[in-house]
Amino acid sequence: MNAIYLDHAATTPIHPAVVERMTEILTSHYGNPSSIHSYGRKARQLLDQSRRVCADSIGANEKEIIFTSGGTEADNLAILGTAFANKEKGRHIITTKIEHHATLHTAQYLERNGYEVTYLDVTENGTIDLEELKRNLSDQTILVSIMMVNNETGVIQPMKQIGEILSNHGAYFHTDAVQGYGLLEIDVNELQVDLLSVSSHKINGPKGLGFLYAREDVAIQSLQFGGEQERKRRAGTENVAGIVGFETAIQLADSERAEKINLYQKFRAIFIDTLKEHHIDFTVNGDKAERVPNIINLSFPNMNVEKLLTNFDLSGVAASSGSACTAGSVEPSHVLTAMYEADHPCTTNSIRFSFGLANNEENVKEAAERVAAIIQRLSK
Amino acid sequence: MNENNNIRVVVGMSGGVDSSVTALLLKEQGYDVVGIFMKNWDDTDENGFCTATEDYDDVVRVCNQLDIPYYAVNFEKQYWDKVFTYFLEEYKAGRTPNPDVMCNKEIKFKAFLDHALSLGADYVATGHYAQLRRTDGRVELLRGIDNNKDQTYFLNQLSSDVLEKVMFPLGHLDKSEVRKIAHEHGLATASKKDSTGICFIGERNFKEFLSEYLPAQPGKMKTLTGEVKGEHDGLMYYTIGQRQGLGIGGPGGPWFVIGKNLEENTLYVGADYHNDALYSDSLVATELNWINDTPSEPITCTAKFRYRQNDSSVTVYPQEDGTVKVVFAEAQRAITPGQAVVFYDGDVCLGGGTIDTVIKNNKPLDYVG
Repeated sequence: MNAIYLDHAATTPIHPAVVERMTEILTSHYGNPSSIHSYGRKARQLLDQSRRVCADSIGANEKEIIFTSGGTEADNLAILGTAFANKEKGRHIITTKIEHHATLHTAQYLERNGYEVTYLDVTENGTIDLEELKRNLSDQTILVSIMMVNNETGVIQPMKQIGEILSNHGAYFHTDAVQGYGLLEIDVNELQVDLLSVSSHKINGPKGLGFLYAREDVAIQSLQFGGEQERKRRAGTENVAGIVGFETAIQLADSERAEKINLYQKFRAIFIDTLKEHHIDFTVNGDKAERVPNIINLSFPNMNVEKLLTNFDLSGVAASSGSACTAGSVEPSHVLTAMYEADHPCTTNSIRFSFGLANNEENVKEAAERVAAIIQRLSK
Repeated sequence: MNENNNIRVVVGMSGGVDSSVTALLLKEQGYDVVGIFMKNWDDTDENGFCTATEDYDDVVRVCNQLDIPYYAVNFEKQYWDKVFTYFLEEYKAGRTPNPDVMCNKEIKFKAFLDHALSLGADYVATGHYAQLRRTDGRVELLRGIDNNKDQTYFLNQLSSDVLEKVMFPLGHLDKSEVRKIAHEHGLATASKKDSTGICFIGERNFKEFLSEYLPAQPGKMKTLTGEVKGEHDGLMYYTIGQRQGLGIGGPGGPWFVIGKNLEENTLYVGADYHNDALYSDSLVATELNWINDTPSEPITCTAKFRYRQNDSSVTVYPQEDGTVKVVFAEAQRAITPGQAVVFYDGDVCLGGGTIDTVIKNNKPLDYVG
């Protein structure tokens, strides 16, 4: 049976235009951007161009872009880098219970090393309570890290309001924008964020690449030492071909944004309507919150994640629970646990479907038909 | 087209060499093979290390070599409720449980089988050393060819209804052949050490493990005539016939565990391997499972009272309450309540039960528990 990919929140297929551009760089421009000869200059030229595109895409300037190996490194650098550089100002950090593990585990590392971390709760809609954020801010707070879009539910946090609250406070505002970047229009000045993490492979670019935006005046310490690349904030020879591929992916995302939003809204409607036609019992997690259109997280009462995902895969539907696995077995989602409560059925019967480049109306419909058939069979 | 490719076989894969070769053989026979790892126990330590993660990684590597899909399923809760709770209860009652028998009955051939069936499986397969004979709509459980590895003892609680949906592809092989096949195919687990002991304890110290769950109550070690021979660390740490770990010095040894008195928290010991008090002539078994035919009349067959023991001739007398009385042709040493008694007719495993009462001269041996 032909497979249908509904896991674009995990990673996306690389866009053909990106492959083409990268192949060209890989075969023709192998210089090291730090070299002083013509080969190096050509590579540096490409790198500078890409950096401009990254900066423009979020309303930043070029000096504020630090290329990293991906979203995880960007989050680590943002959190550890500012925590280390600002430890004399304070040792308190605020984040949320629904962050990606790249943030949560980094925060836990800081807790083990003398920092205090507050993990904000979320409502049943998956959004934080702004009053709780205000209550937890103190003169010891040096960083607030809140993700823009949750990778499991697609729920969007109130970025602008958070930025406003923090505009009168000395703490830096970091957002993990990995799941929102590309589909959402982002302006770092409008949002008043100081640090923002982005990943390439979530927007049809190559894996192993991302960037951290760090506002020019942010005190940040490097976590990786060596050469003077990235203005001494991230040593190591740049992945030029990857960065140029990333640039192409960003340009495509920018030019196709409106069109994609429409398309994914249509996919979402087709998927949900098809399940309803078959009288499938389900609820939408984060139903009442503002969400990105390419992610839907559905809870199927009386079902179990492992049984569903295995059956889906065996019938060619690639989806995910979005949460971590230990020894391959799915643990209750920490995001849904924060939204509901521990042991709530939704934490172990919810599946994330996410749309993207690999989809069209036909295969979304077909996937929903297969999902409905499996659920009907398991309900018997 | 191979006619097997429409038959889906879900293989229970542990990350060991036996289940790896099981999957390999089925794949070679053309079946639609799916590998599934069961996570039954969480042993994550303070450093985040978990043997299940390592084992699952081996499952992943082998399945990728075989190009079959692989998944995991979590049965921690079922395992805790059905196997581990039983395990602790039996120890509390002064008996020596057999968690492997219970795991096969409740997890591998119940929860896992149900899971596999929900995935459209026609069969489940495991790397057990046992054989199945299918004739005229009847399934019989036969010993594995490798007498040293035969695992029918642990499978005695399975019903023929369950066995109808099971495959044991290793039953006709010697362990050495299984290793050889794994090496010939370069399987990632070809040289992996066999796991030993009870799965959830692994390589850990048994005493230390048990003490985390049951409070140890040290008490006196006495002979049956009341002579105090020393202190024991807690009755649960000892099993009938055991010699190791008693620490009784002086003349007259070696010493052996011959029984327990739970109320007085006394461990009974006796000198000499062949101490008369260790011998019995019959037993009563409960929780009987007969794989095919339930006898209504006494039957003569052979039996094993422990894993890897030679068979002994017995006569089984069915009782009205569903239990059986098993009378030995020759007196048996160290029959242990809580262990399984498993019956055979030649190579056919007939079924088995749990040893409940040990009898000598028509009297229950109260000191055995």
